[in-house]
Amino acid sequence: MITVENVLDALAGVRDPEIDEPLTDLGFVDRVSVDGKSVDVHLRLPTFFCAPNFAYLMVADAMKAVQALPEVDDVTVTLDDHFASDEINGATATGGGFDEAFPGESVGELGELRDLFTRKAFTARQSRVCDAQLRAGRTVEELAAARLGALKGDPNLTRCIELRTQLGIDASPDSPAFVLADGSALDAAGLARFVRVARLVRLSLEGNAGLCRSLLATRYGIPDPEEAVR
Amino acid sequence: MYEKDGEQYFIVDAHIAFWDARPENRNRLGEGFIKCFYDYHRNLGPAEYLWPFEEKFVRYTEEDLMHDMFEVGYVDHAIFQPVYLGDFYKNGFHTPEMVAPIAERHPGLFTVNGTFDPRFGKKDLAHLESLHEQYGIKGVKLYTAEWKGDSRGWKLDSPEAARCLEKCQELGITNIHVHKGPTVWPLDRDAFDVADVDGAATNFPELNFIVEHVGLPRLEDFCWIATQEPNVYAGLAVANAFIHTRPRYFAQIIGELLYWLNEDRILFSSDYAIWQPKWLVEQFVGFQIPEDMQSELGVLTTDVKKKILGLNAAALYDLDVPAELDLVRDDAGSAAVGSEPLSPA
Repeated sequence: MITVENVLDALAGVRDPEIDEPLTDLGFVDRVSVDGKSVDVHLRLPTFFCAPNFAYLMVADAMKAVQALPEVDDVTVTLDDHFASDEINGATATGGGFDEAFPGESVGELGELRDLFTRKAFTARQSRVCDAQLRAGRTVEELAAARLGALKGDPNLTRCIELRTQLGIDASPDSPAFVLADGSALDAAGLARFVRVARLVRLSLEGNAGLCRSLLATRYGIPDPEEAVR
Repeated sequence: MYEKDGEQYFIVDAHIAFWDARPENRNRLGEGFIKCFYDYHRNLGPAEYLWPFEEKFVRYTEEDLMHDMFEVGYVDHAIFQPVYLGDFYKNGFHTPEMVAPIAERHPGLFTVNGTFDPRFGKKDLAHLESLHEQYGIKGVKLYTAEWKGDSRGWKLDSPEAARCLEKCQELGITNIHVHKGPTVWPLDRDAFDVADVDGAATNFPELNFIVEHVGLPRLEDFCWIATQEPNVYAGLAVANAFIHTRPRYFAQIIGELLYWLNEDRILFSSDYAIWQPKWLVEQFVGFQIPEDMQSELGVLTTDVKKKILGLNAAALYDLDVPAELDLVRDDAGSAAVGSEPLSPA
């Protein structure tokens, strides 16, 4: 039997492509109801004008994730309170792409955009791991020579490895611990530069996540989480 | 002018509006747009500055504006940055035509900026000329992500935009403010993408490109471009407001901007009437990078604050700064620490 918890678990595997955090953690899942083999999910976003491309990706990904649950026959995912709700809901309900949601677009599908933001997410995640190692007293030279398998005990590592795999970057224990977002190797000087630049990527991403959380809280009158940027 | 601890600050608010979002002027999208502004207003501003929505936020008065800017807001000069939004608001949201009479009634206090949209073709060049003739505009505010018919935006480095920028150069409209920032607009792909500023800034070295909202949330891309293009500036609209609820985030933004650009290329803005200059100026002058972040980000000196709060914008707009409020400058300028070419991410 399908339960609301099963559905929420499935939705926890769907991330905001820009922020790289689960929809369930961001508060984007408004409600879930289950009736026999039918599942009804309502999503909500921080603003009326949140980028329709990312909104579309989240609705489509949520649809796919719930459809993949065993025993589920019928799924509706509805994005509420968005300027393009009708277009996005219509297209995802029929399995259409972004093109169908916004006919006349010449931009095609959103694979390239998703890839770009997966790489940014990887950069930001790796930056957290790297900064933690530096704070623990390891040098840039040591880290440039380190192997992925030798790093332990950082919760960001799991996501780093997931993202590497997703991007087709070697994630075996013998691979370099730190690489550029396109998978290329870093020497000590390169890693020192990476540390500085990746912090900017992380700042954008974490700042954006914080702003999204609190705008959502304001919009829907839910408690505002505390500032999370380090 | 703001005075604190014996220091005097010349204040230029580089991004303000006097909008009309009343029900009779807006459609469904216009309502969504102003509500989005209102959520920013409610979320990031101090409670004592909160306005009621329909009663005030959608349409405040000239008296409110004068009071908030000049009577209590310490502002010496303010710059209107227009947002037409003709598809959302019948008579426009905030246009030069709407605010020019206010600027005329209060000589010396306001600058009225114009705008262009290269998709209008020749008509737009004529509009630009007429704005220049009527209001003597020295700057434009541009929205590259604006939807228009089937178009989902335009690029600043396109040949069509180049024609408009050439016209700006010819007319002496030297300050090109480009909106690249948090979402309040229908947009395609990645309308935050700041890459098109790069080409335009290279091709028009005599024009200044002020990237509003510092490209947030694409700060890394913005810094990358600004590092290489000396005529690219950071407009702090919206980013400024983080100082209240997210001081550590604000510290990081300011610290990174000082590192990748320099203190001469950052401009203060309240983004009135989303927020008010009074508390922003007070908090900014009182602000310091938190101690545990100073080894990485440095500190904000009084001179740096004076530049950001007004002197940098005064230089771009040729405003007269009273001698006692100005800094004694050396011509050497200060190089950004991070100006070594390096591609982020």
